[in-house]
Parts: sequence; C-alpha cells; structure tokens
Amino acid sequence: MNAKTEEFLGNLIEFREVSFHINDIPTRSILSGISLAVSHGETLVLLGRSGSGKTTLLRLMNGMLFPTQGEVLVQQRSTCDWDLIRLRRGIGYVIQEAGLFPHFTVAENVALVPTLEKWDRGRTAARVSELLILVGLEPTEFADRRPRELSGGQRQRVGVARALAADPPILLMDEPFGALDPVTRAELQREFSALARRLGKTIVFVTHDLREALLLASRIVLLEAGRIVAMASPQEFLRLEHPEVRAFAASLEAAPGATP
Amino acid sequence: MSPDQSNWSFFAEHRAEIFSATLDHMALVVIAMIIAILIGVPLGMFIVQRPTLRAIALAVASIFQTVPSLALFGFLIPIPFIGGIGKRTAIVALVIYALLPILRNTYVGLTGIDPAVLEAAEAMGMTNAQILFRVRLPLALAVILAGIRTATIITIGVATIAAAIGAGGLGTFIFRGVALVSDSLILAGAIPAALLALLADFLLGLVERKLKVS
Ligand SMILES: Nc1ncnc2c1ncn2[C@@H]1O[C@H](COP(=O)(O)OP(=O)(O)O)[C@@H](O)[C@H]1O
Ligand SMILES: [Mg+2]
Repeated sequence: MNAKTEEFLGNLIEFREVSFHINDIPTRSILSGISLAVSHGETLVLLGRSGSGKTTLLRLMNGMLFPTQGEVLVQQRSTCDWDLIRLRRGIGYVIQEAGLFPHFTVAENVALVPTLEKWDRGRTAARVSELLILVGLEPTEFADRRPRELSGGQRQRVGVARALAADPPILLMDEPFGALDPVTRAELQREFSALARRLGKTIVFVTHDLREALLLASRIVLLEAGRIVAMASPQEFLRLEHPEVRAFAASLEAAPGATP
Repeated sequence: MSPDQSNWSFFAEHRAEIFSATLDHMALVVIAMIIAILIGVPLGMFIVQRPTLRAIALAVASIFQTVPSLALFGFLIPIPFIGGIGKRTAIVALVIYALLPILRNTYVGLTGIDPAVLEAAEAMGMTNAQILFRVRLPLALAVILAGIRTATIITIGVATIAAAIGAGGLGTFIFRGVALVSDSLILAGAIPAALLALLADFLLGLVERKLKVS
C-alpha cells in the first residue's frame, strides 16, 4: 500500500442518506434512503434487476449526477465540492458497450486520460503497452487498430485498459460484460477477477447477474426499486431471507450447473 | 448547319467570355460558401445545447429556403447595407440559401453520436470543450461535409439567378439567351454551371468518404 492510498484508509466513497429523484417529484423517486460506505480495496457489487437504480447510483459517485437529498462523499469530500474534471480523472469508468472512441486507435483510446493529463509521449506509450498486456492484448497486434476492427470481448478489454490508464484508485464498472456472449463473458469474468485481486483497486461493479456478483464481489449490495434491501458477503448472501434475495437465488438454481 | 454545330462554334467563338463568366460564378459560390460555413457550423455547434434557439434557428433557415430565389434577390435590393444591385446582394442571398443544409447537418452530426461514446468522454473527465473539439466534431465531420456538399450544389444553381440583379456569372448568358430566344446563349451558361455542380459534387464526395469513420 502506498502513501497516497494510506490517506484514505477509511471510506473511499460514502453515501449519507442519499435520495435521488428527477424533476423534484419525490413520489417518482429513483433512489431513496441510500447509506453506503465503500472501503479501500474492496470490490463492491451492486446487484439488482434492470431499472432498480444501479446505474443512477454509480453515476452519483463520479459527479455525473448529484443527490437530491443527502450527500455523496468521495475521499471524504462531497461530490458537490469537487472539481468535477479532477474527480472524474481519478475514477476509472467502464460501460457496457465500452464507449470507445471510433475515430481513435486502440492505443489512442487507452492513452486518453494520460493525454488529457499531458503526460509526455514516452511515458504514455510505455503505459499503453503495459496496460494492453495487462488486459491480454498483444500491443504490436492491437495498438494501431480501430475499435471497429475488434470483437466485443476485445473492445471490453480496451475499455478496462482505458479506465486503468492513469492508475485511478477507484474503478466504476456498469455491466461491463453484459453484452458479451456467454463464453467470452465467463472468460473475461475469470480474468478480471484475478486482475482485480492483483490491482488492489477499489471497485464498484454493477450487474444484474448473481453468478457474476458471487464471483467478483467482496461484498454484495442488493437494490430493489431504488432502495438497498440487502448487503452481505458472497458467502452470506445466499442465506438471506429477503424475498428479492430469494428471487435472485431462484434464478441461480434455474440455470443447471450454475452453482459457483 | 445543324443546331449542334452552331452551338459548338458559338462556344468556340465566345470561349474567353464563357471562361471568365465561369470564374466569376465560382468566385460568387466560393465566397458565399465560405461565409455560410463560417456562420452555419459555429451556429450549429451553438444550438446543440440550446433547444429554444435551435428551434428558432432551424425554422428561420427553413423559411428562408422556401422563398423563391428570384423573389429573395428582389426583396434584398431595397435593404440598406446588404442590399442594392450587384455582387454583395447576390452573396447575401446565396449565403441565406446555403445556410440551412450546413446548419442542419452540423446539428444532426453533432447530436447523432453514440451516447455511450459521449458518456465515456464525460466520465473520463473531458471538459465540454474537449468533448466538442476532440469527440463530437471529428465524428460529425463527414455529416457536416455532406451538408456543405448539398449547399454548394444548390449555390451553384441559384447563383445563375444572381445575374438578374447584376452580379455577373454564368446566369448572364442564360438571361440574355432567354431575352434573345437563343439556345446557344442559354447553353453557354447552363452547361458550365451543370459541369461545375457535377465537379463539386464529385470532389466533395471524395473528401466526405475519406472522413467517414466506423
Ligand atoms: N434521466 C431519466 N429520466 C427519467 N427516468 C430515469 C432517468 N434515468 C433513470 N430513470 C429511471 O430510473 C430508474 C433506474 O434507472 P437505472 O439507474 O438506469 O437502473 P438500472 O441501471 O438498475 O437498470 C428506471 O426506472 C429508469 O427508468
Ligand atoms: Mg443500468
């Protein structure tokens, strides 16, 4: 653990009684009464059905959205008080369709944040190679390709490399493997799980897939209709009695051979 | 002598005149297009985030385009500063016609970008200016250029009518030809104008294809 991370040994991200609704209509609440602390180095998985508010919760963490009530603290400071550009450059972000820039090469995509941060060329190039190798892409083969010349799985790998480029302490991932075929998805999940342990980043990972949650999480937070209804380690999660937990557990049993 | 031969010999005799009228015509078009691009592209960028202004700008530009061109030239003549007889009025009218396709394509190009790309750009900590200049504009360039291409072709055609208010160009032959009932004169204006339009379409089409990504 380096000196930089030691400063925030407590909670890297903290939600205090956060509610979020649009157009100031409290009855149409997207999130309500969210209190949550993400501590250093953990992989927190936000699990929930689609529409349960996972993406909204994630977007509150990097100042893409702000709470209607309560506050979101990142490194002990409210997102409302952060310089948003600084906040976001310190937080990696990976989304479902990767969102790679189609007019940039793979290397330019990965180099985005270092370029914005005005790193010198040599350091950027070295970092890009290092990251491509880290995510399992041979730099000589892939660096100069365009995103359209990659498979879905390769694109997600580039998305992960891009998010890690400037070595942010926090990584937010919104169903990053959701659009992949089952075989590729399982492969990326396994590799990412090993990578996450090695990197020691604080990761918030959104999914609607309980198996993925059990594989990756150090802690699972279950959302239902904008509220947190369960919070447990993967070992304890399946033993909880909450109906929504049971519903997810049932989905697991429905798929044969799916026990983790 | 067949009418064809008479046309050819007419063109041959007047080739210097036709050539200089073609250059005049091109000058009108190029000047008008430069002004229209300098107004249309920044205005298109400006209205992306401003729905009210966007509705107004696009509506005004569409209305202008529905005014018959001869009428528009006529309306402009009595207006001080921009009006009067001659090239200046003609250029104002051409700019008005060219504006809509440029404005609309700039807007459409800038807004038609994959939302996931824009979300990633924002989440990576790019500023609004960086998103505009490094993501939106490069990705919109092919669409903007398609608008410029359409506008150029319209302008080359409409510019023939500019001769009616004394702006010169290839329309001079056409108007004289109509007045004197001379096919040769009309063709001496119409053929080079058509060739100019085809050439512009071809060349700008090449550039457009080059700019297209993904
Ligand atoms: N900008 C918005 N306007 C209206 N409704 C929204 C908006 N963003 C999200 N919602 C609603 O909020 C709920 C939660 O959305 P989201 O956070 O995207 O859920 P999830 O990521 O879990 O699928 C959904 O019902 C969605 O329709
Ligand atoms: Mg979502």
